[in-house]
Amino acid sequence: MSSSVDDQNSTVYHIERGSQGTLMKISDFNLWYGKSQALFSVNMEIERGLVTALIGPSGCGKSTLLRSINRMNDLIDGLTIKGKMTIDDQDIYSSVVDVIALRKVMGMVFQKPNPFPMSIADNVTYPLKVDGVRDRRILNETVEKALKGAALWEEVKDRLKENALGLSGGQQQRLCIARAIAGDPEVLLMDEPCSALDPVATAKIEDLIDALRGKYSIVIVTHNMQQAARVSDNTAFMYLGKLIEYGETSIIFTNPKVDKTMEYVTGRFG
Amino acid sequence: MEFNEPGKGQQILADTDGNVITQASTSRQRSTVWDFKARGEPFVWSLGAALAIGVLMIVGFVALILYNGILTFYPRPIEVVELRGGDRIAGDLIRSETFLPGTDNVADPDSSAKTIIDNKGLSKRSLLRTGNFDLYNDDFKWVFDDEIVSKHFPKDILFIERLEWGPFIGSAKSMDLNGQIIEGANLSTDGLEKAQDEARSRRLRIYEIERTEIASINHYLEKARLALRKVELRHGLESPEYKAELEKYKAETETLNAQYQELASEAAAIKQMDSRFTVNLEDVNGKPKTLPISQITRLFTPNNLSFTERAWVYLSRWYEFLTQEPREANTEGGVMPAIFGTFCMTVLMALGVAPFGVVAALYLKEYAKQGKLVSLIRICVNNLAGVPSIVYGVFGLGFFAYVLGGSIDQLFYPERLPTPTFGSGGLLWASLTLALLTVPVVIVATEEALAAVPQSMREGSLACGASKWQTIKWIVLPRALPGIMTGLILAMARGAEEVAPLMLVGVVKLAPELPIDSFFPFVHFERSFMHLGFHIFDLGFQSRNSEAAIPMVYVTTLLLITLVFAMNIASIIIRNRLKRKFFTGHF
Ligand SMILES: Nc1ncnc2c1ncn2[C@@H]1O[C@H](COP(=O)(O)OP(=O)(O)OP(=O)(O)O)[C@@H](O)[C@H]1O
Ligand SMILES: [Mg+2]
Repeated sequence: MSSSVDDQNSTVYHIERGSQGTLMKISDFNLWYGKSQALFSVNMEIERGLVTALIGPSGCGKSTLLRSINRMNDLIDGLTIKGKMTIDDQDIYSSVVDVIALRKVMGMVFQKPNPFPMSIADNVTYPLKVDGVRDRRILNETVEKALKGAALWEEVKDRLKENALGLSGGQQQRLCIARAIAGDPEVLLMDEPCSALDPVATAKIEDLIDALRGKYSIVIVTHNMQQAARVSDNTAFMYLGKLIEYGETSIIFTNPKVDKTMEYVTGRFG
Repeated sequence: MEFNEPGKGQQILADTDGNVITQASTSRQRSTVWDFKARGEPFVWSLGAALAIGVLMIVGFVALILYNGILTFYPRPIEVVELRGGDRIAGDLIRSETFLPGTDNVADPDSSAKTIIDNKGLSKRSLLRTGNFDLYNDDFKWVFDDEIVSKHFPKDILFIERLEWGPFIGSAKSMDLNGQIIEGANLSTDGLEKAQDEARSRRLRIYEIERTEIASINHYLEKARLALRKVELRHGLESPEYKAELEKYKAETETLNAQYQELASEAAAIKQMDSRFTVNLEDVNGKPKTLPISQITRLFTPNNLSFTERAWVYLSRWYEFLTQEPREANTEGGVMPAIFGTFCMTVLMALGVAPFGVVAALYLKEYAKQGKLVSLIRICVNNLAGVPSIVYGVFGLGFFAYVLGGSIDQLFYPERLPTPTFGSGGLLWASLTLALLTVPVVIVATEEALAAVPQSMREGSLACGASKWQTIKWIVLPRALPGIMTGLILAMARGAEEVAPLMLVGVVKLAPELPIDSFFPFVHFERSFMHLGFHIFDLGFQSRNSEAAIPMVYVTTLLLITLVFAMNIASIIIRNRLKRKFFTGHF
């Protein structure tokens, strides 16, 4: 509790190392939307197979950081970045990287469920369709596997040909998770996946994240402190575009090293 | 915060640090009275009134068209009026009006004067459709009320619709069936109708000979001539190929001409036969008229019709109107070629405008870098919608028909020159011209539809590793389809009722052939065609007899509106199907 944000620009680290090593390294990463800077010199390592939570007050750059990982921000005009981000020692922002191939390594789940206006089965197999897979057998297998993986199979197995927009909000979000894991990615990026859901559906998704631990490396943005505490192994606290503290979830929530983190997790601001 | 000395003209507020803030009190009165202005009620009313006026105008217009259009074919009673001079006039009442008579339109000034004075100088007159154009040289007559001696509705008066000269109103005296005379006493409408049935089959045979068999002989003659001309163009007049072809041509034309002679004499024989079956008619003034029975298309006694007979006349007139070709400078017969032409042109136009507009909008919205240039293009596209349509017609004629069509003729149909094939207005060029005219509508609608596709859908697709093109193809376009359809519906509605440019690029008053027939290649995009919109214009403003054309104008307008309405309904149903697919669901 010795450091304060203003006089010190460096992050405090105490992360838990996973058994599978480090997946991603983010070093000195800066990002500008036009003239305004949204990320300031972020340094971060993401462990393979663990669940990493991003927390922080609204507008602090969590989504920005998450979307930088699979380069969704490329769509935005006037974006500039500086710094480095690697996955398996490969530079994500190198000019030789194929963005499309990169995105296939990462599944993404958005804040609001965004199933496509097609059948449930077609939604799940969309990443395969993109890859040009036409084999019925493989497609059917994937549907079942991904829906089971997203704990949705039992509820929809009889209506796979029905329009996905007919599902409930929670089911839609699990369908989106199924879609994200259908392409067999290594990383799952989740931007507030439960914010549009009721407690029951939220609990289901949390159970799901727990079950996916170890198989995928998961990065999840959340506003829900309890959720971060429940599902994640490491937690990163961001504030005003800076990474303040990054470490073991239990420490962040019980005994953080930085005052600002303490204030935030105890609900004094944010 | 604490209050100090409340209730004064000034309120003194103190913040947490004890600093006193002085605030001017505006002492605003809160009224519990219903605030008329704030609720915006007057504006709601005026908006409602504006809407009501708009709806009223549309409803009124449609009602007018419907009323006149639907009643046109209803058989009306024939009244026979006796005038002071002893003349009689028979006809059905078109309308009556009150007017200020001048000396020239009062037949007998002395006796009429009293009634006119009684009516404060006004008099009444009625317009009767009298028919019998061949006898009196006009088929509508004004009858002045004060000239009428008596008026009655004879039960046995006949209304005869014929192929030429418009209707005949009068009575039948006798019938001559190839020498067998049936006198008036034994003559009934049933007997006439029976003879008419036989005559009809003869007429159909003549039609078949002239329009199908002789037409096909002409077609082959022309084909042979073109083949010869082709060889001439390729090898020259002196070449052995030409000589060989010439022999062939001569042989072919000889057999064709022989066939033609045969058919022509058969037709002549039937016509000869036809002229021996006649009916002797007489109008109300006793003027005789002998009419070949084959000329009669429909006959009935309008003052003595049962309900079913009335319905039969009504429906059979509609049937004739919808399925027959026009006669008598388009004022009689049907409009089938015009319906067909309008339909073909609209469908072709939609097929032309849809891909063009959608592709343009896709590029503008999804691929082009949004900047000054794109904005400029967008403004230009929007302004295109404001260019007078006749300008498109001029462009269509100049560019499509003369430049494009001219080149096509030179490349592919040199043997037909100087007769143009694609080098003059036709179905294809008219459709393309209208496609050009309506493309701004489709572009704007498509751009809007694309913009309405939620960003989250695109992101979801991209996050799955889809390329931009895949995202557009599988996510954006299907989702935007209902909006695109809306644009297309608007374009079709606009295009189907456009007339001005069509007059330049291929619509004609009377097209000799339909754009689809039994001769290879079956669909003839280069042919000129008839169009309901132009038909209305032609009837209303170009016909010899405007009074006779008025009901046809209403009926044709009704038909055009119905046709466009039907096409729109069809597309709306398709669109709603799509919508149901993409916009169901709940959160
Ligand atoms: N497309 C954009 N263009 C310009 N500025 C942006 C854009 N997206 C985000 N920003 C800005 O970047 C900053 C970080 O935004 P970001 O969405 O990453 O915040 P966040 O932490 O995800 O907040 P929240 O918890 O509310 O989702 C904000 O100040 C935001 O206004
Ligand atoms: Mg966010």
